[in-house]
Amino acid sequence: MSLGQKLACVVLVLVLGASAAANWLAPAGYAKQYREVTNAAPSRTHWLGTDEIGRERFARVLYGTRISLLLAPAAALLSTLMAALIGGLAGYLGGAWARMAMAVTDLFLSLPWLFLLITARALMPLNVSPLVSVLVTFVLLGLLGWTTAARVLCATAGALRASDFVRQARAAGLPGQRLFWVHVLPNLKPVLFAQFWISIPVFILSEANLGILGLGVAEPMPSWGSLLKELEGLVSVGEEPWKFVPLVLLVVVVTSFQFLLSRQEEVAA
Amino acid sequence: MQSLRWKLAGHALALLATVLLGGLLSATLVRLAPGFDTDERELDPHLNAQSAQALRQARHQDHNILQFYFSYMKRAAHGELGTSLALGQPVRSLLRDRAPLTLRLLAMGLGLAWLLTLTLALSAAWLRLSVYDALTTVVSGTFLCIPAAVLALLSVLWNVPGSLAIALIVFPRTYRYTRNLLLKAYSRPHIITARAKGLGEARILFWHVVPVVTPQLLAVAGVSVSMAVGAAIPVEALCGLAGIGQLAWQAALARDLPLLVNITILVTLVTLLANSGADVIGYVVGRQEA
Repeated sequence: MSLGQKLACVVLVLVLGASAAANWLAPAGYAKQYREVTNAAPSRTHWLGTDEIGRERFARVLYGTRISLLLAPAAALLSTLMAALIGGLAGYLGGAWARMAMAVTDLFLSLPWLFLLITARALMPLNVSPLVSVLVTFVLLGLLGWTTAARVLCATAGALRASDFVRQARAAGLPGQRLFWVHVLPNLKPVLFAQFWISIPVFILSEANLGILGLGVAEPMPSWGSLLKELEGLVSVGEEPWKFVPLVLLVVVVTSFQFLLSRQEEVAA
Repeated sequence: MQSLRWKLAGHALALLATVLLGGLLSATLVRLAPGFDTDERELDPHLNAQSAQALRQARHQDHNILQFYFSYMKRAAHGELGTSLALGQPVRSLLRDRAPLTLRLLAMGLGLAWLLTLTLALSAAWLRLSVYDALTTVVSGTFLCIPAAVLALLSVLWNVPGSLAIALIVFPRTYRYTRNLLLKAYSRPHIITARAKGLGEARILFWHVVPVVTPQLLAVAGVSVSMAVGAAIPVEALCGLAGIGQLAWQAALARDLPLLVNITILVTLVTLLANSGADVIGYVVGRQEA
């Protein structure tokens, strides 16, 4: 592990730790309103100031980080599982199955990711409770984000299918199902892990994009996307620089992931 | 020549099938979306029972998704793309009015992105300075970590054109591939030998590097069109630019079936044409080199 990767690990642990300890670190909940101090600048009582309805920005950043950092991996897990099921199985079965699965994958890949995501999210219910909006957003990311991983897994499983040990196992009379679960799937693990890690920063950024466009997590629940929406009302960068804290945090976290991923990408390629 | 024809035919078939499936997929999504069956106009107290019934009847025709899609395709073949439910205007005129702005935005954005990509990647390959390479990697890496919508918001804040936002969204992705391709090409033994023999940088670039990297660069160029089209949605929506990206955004929010199906088909077509075009040109260039 290089120095940069060690540093990235420390940053991620610190950010994750701080967000996990939000209940203790934040003076109040993310929805608590201080009506007497709306749109306040940072002070000793409100470290990052308050928003336009008097909610503590520091608390919202901590809780928002928790939501984004917990659910992006959950969405990545869902998309990786789907990719393993669709891509892995198609590659293992080969022939018409592989062609059909890859045709569906191509169809999804032919649509730009942001276009597909925004369109699909806009078609989901928007007037829902904050908790449901969190689930809808991240489940959608998981359901739509499997295509690239499926393509890689299909190719890898296809190569495994033609490998000597699988042929030998088949010749020895091992049933197809057992062959897949016991011999093929374990060999797909490194690629699956790599795809899982690669998906996390992609989903963090996608949630942020959806949130800024008003299609992400619903108020009052915070996420990096909904916190970044505050930038929309800015007149100049120097006016309220503390509003950029969620952006800085997001860039730092995604950069840390990129540092850690440099090895994973080689495995996935 | 024969194999090129087969390749073209294969691309055309795949393109047609994907575009048709893409349209069907978006129509199905809209049909299944909650709120599809409701029409705000029915709440208008000025309408009598017959008018409300007529509105319901008109929407009822869209209930069977396959029926809707086939009749849409039949009309589309005659140039009739339907009427937008949310904007009440013919889809054809909406697309025609908004396409020039989006095309200009995409062309300028992609041009800027590739100018930045090639300048930085070539200078990194020529200079071979680890400090410079690290600096360009950090710059592109930082832009890679900023959400596209934030770059769009910052372009509004700093009053810079939306095309620059698109360029900054696309550039880090294209830079990474281009830099790696060029570094790999420059580390080939025959190029190291050519350098050692004192061959000029321009000659090395145009005679030995460009032919090697062109097919892969073309593939990246094709993919960059898809990235730019995707980026056009937040950029147009947040910068208030009345292009097709903003129209897609409005159509999705309003669950405007005819408009959304047409835009999906258009976007799929543009993306696939760019990818297929890049693939075919790369194939021709590769064959000429061989």
